[in-house]
Amino acid sequence: MLRSLSLQTKENIFQQILAKSAFFVAAVLFLFFLTLLVKAWLAIWSNGFDFFTGAVWDPLTGVYGAFPLLFGTLLTSVLALLLTLPFALSIALFLGEFFRKGLAASALRSSVELLAGIPSVVYGFWALFVLVPLIRGLEITLGVVPLGVGVLAASLVLAIMIVPYAASLSAETIKLVPQDIREAAYSLGATRYEVVRRVILPHARSGICAAVLLALGRALGETMAVTMVIGNANKMPASLFDAGNTMASLIANELAEATDPLYVSSLMQVGLLLFLVSALINLAGRYVVKKFSVET
Amino acid sequence: MNNKLKMSLLTILLGALGFADLLGAGATFPQPLYSKIFAVYEQQKGVKVNYQGIGSGGGIKQLTEKVIDFGGTDAYMTDKEIAAAGAPIVHIPTCIGAVVVAYNLPGNPDLKLTPALVSKIFNGEINKWSDPQIAAVNPGLKLNGDIFVVHRSDSSGTTSIFTDYLSQIDPTNWKMSKTFSTKSKLAVGGKGNSGVAGLIKQMPGAIGYTEIAYANQNKMKYAAVQNSSGVFITPSLESTSAAADVEIPADTRASIVNTKARDGYPICGFTWLVAYQDLSKNPAKAREVTDLLKWIIADGQAFTRELDYGRLPQSVAAKALANVNSIKVN
Repeated sequence: MLRSLSLQTKENIFQQILAKSAFFVAAVLFLFFLTLLVKAWLAIWSNGFDFFTGAVWDPLTGVYGAFPLLFGTLLTSVLALLLTLPFALSIALFLGEFFRKGLAASALRSSVELLAGIPSVVYGFWALFVLVPLIRGLEITLGVVPLGVGVLAASLVLAIMIVPYAASLSAETIKLVPQDIREAAYSLGATRYEVVRRVILPHARSGICAAVLLALGRALGETMAVTMVIGNANKMPASLFDAGNTMASLIANELAEATDPLYVSSLMQVGLLLFLVSALINLAGRYVVKKFSVET
Repeated sequence: MNNKLKMSLLTILLGALGFADLLGAGATFPQPLYSKIFAVYEQQKGVKVNYQGIGSGGGIKQLTEKVIDFGGTDAYMTDKEIAAAGAPIVHIPTCIGAVVVAYNLPGNPDLKLTPALVSKIFNGEINKWSDPQIAAVNPGLKLNGDIFVVHRSDSSGTTSIFTDYLSQIDPTNWKMSKTFSTKSKLAVGGKGNSGVAGLIKQMPGAIGYTEIAYANQNKMKYAAVQNSSGVFITPSLESTSAAADVEIPADTRASIVNTKARDGYPICGFTWLVAYQDLSKNPAKAREVTDLLKWIIADGQAFTRELDYGRLPQSVAAKALANVNSIKVN
């Protein structure tokens, strides 16, 4: 049947399929937002502005303040990003610039990519039984309350989880830096460090920024591994060693048994807030990427 | 799509795939017991039962939406929930769960707790093991260090039994809830029973609540708690069953925490299967449901011991049977 159609019609059909699939994804995103908004409507009106500023989340008395959760989410994610950045950049430079081929490079590349494939519950278990006792030991040495679980544990496990996202994409961008400008730099007598520092990194920075944002987005939404080690206390963490909570973790913990309509709706509102925070960071990121990109 | 259509589609789908003759969903707390019971039931009677542990709230919701044949719940349905269901509901208690107060102290000493101590420790009023109020109940025990409170972070029936108990002994400070909130500054939440057990085992000075099965599997020490008759009771399957051997209403919708039974452990509760009372629209299925329920409260009780659940005492089993018999099958 297809054979009998004219070339032009075939081309049109193909284009239509592409356009509809692309539009479909955008529509899903929009409907997703709409669903959250509708389900959170009751809470938005009932909680008012206190939702954003309130420090108390107590379903028993019907007080829903999400500020500590918002703070916990941003704190753990940003901290994780700062911790992961030096490692991710080193891996990216190693794979993208120094050792592009060879056994060592491919072994390293596969292991970094494998990190992304480990289920988060496995990270959580590992963190709970290995990382947390180590942190507790550190806390005893420092003389702070030895909870073990808390913001630091959550940030550390997140940092490990997002390394592959930041590293793989950065390595690809670094590889894409044109060979001739590299060679031009070397011909001017630049050392390898100078080439990396003055030519490659500036050239690849927009790609690296994109990679970092992807990693940040991953950290913002991570649920299982965080909930297992953050201590799940719905309050402002007093220090890095204190317990806290994140938005994703709260929803995962409380949604299953929430029955009161306002309670369910408030959890949806937390979901909506998380959605908006992720979207905002993404938009800000696009701006940064655009600003940093080098014309070639 | 209306719910009836959804239900029949789901049943047909699952039936066609050879999945199940009966569908249930709800509480995760008794799920290990149900899995065992339903596996044996299938071997003996050839009836496949599919039970999904989605939480008590989900079980009640799905029953109300009529997408399942029976629900499972750790908290009996409130009058409001029954009204929302639109028709009378029967409650069938299936076993009794005990929640123990487990701790991690150097040398694994035996610890005795009064109701006041339990309340004060868990809300942070007592935050040092060296507190004289603890020493007064446990003469000869030398303890020190901070008390770390470990609780469930996910909403659960375990928390609901524990806070039900706390709210009975100290109503000014506690309210029954599926999520735990405390004023203690040294409190951490663990995900699931395994999360709580893991944290208690790691942290010297920790105290928390968990199901007896998890405490036993993890070889954790747990406290003897003073009951309303003034006797210190070490949690065990016997003292759990004993706690339920009290006067309860005919519909079995009762809380048995802080039991009046002299040798009963005070922190435990029933878990129920719930079903509509009038199943006469589909007599064949109704027969299957009632047969299953009867089997659970009779033969099924034999499996409670190996899985660390309290067996229903005779008095309760009789009431459960009467409730099953009240189901209209045709």
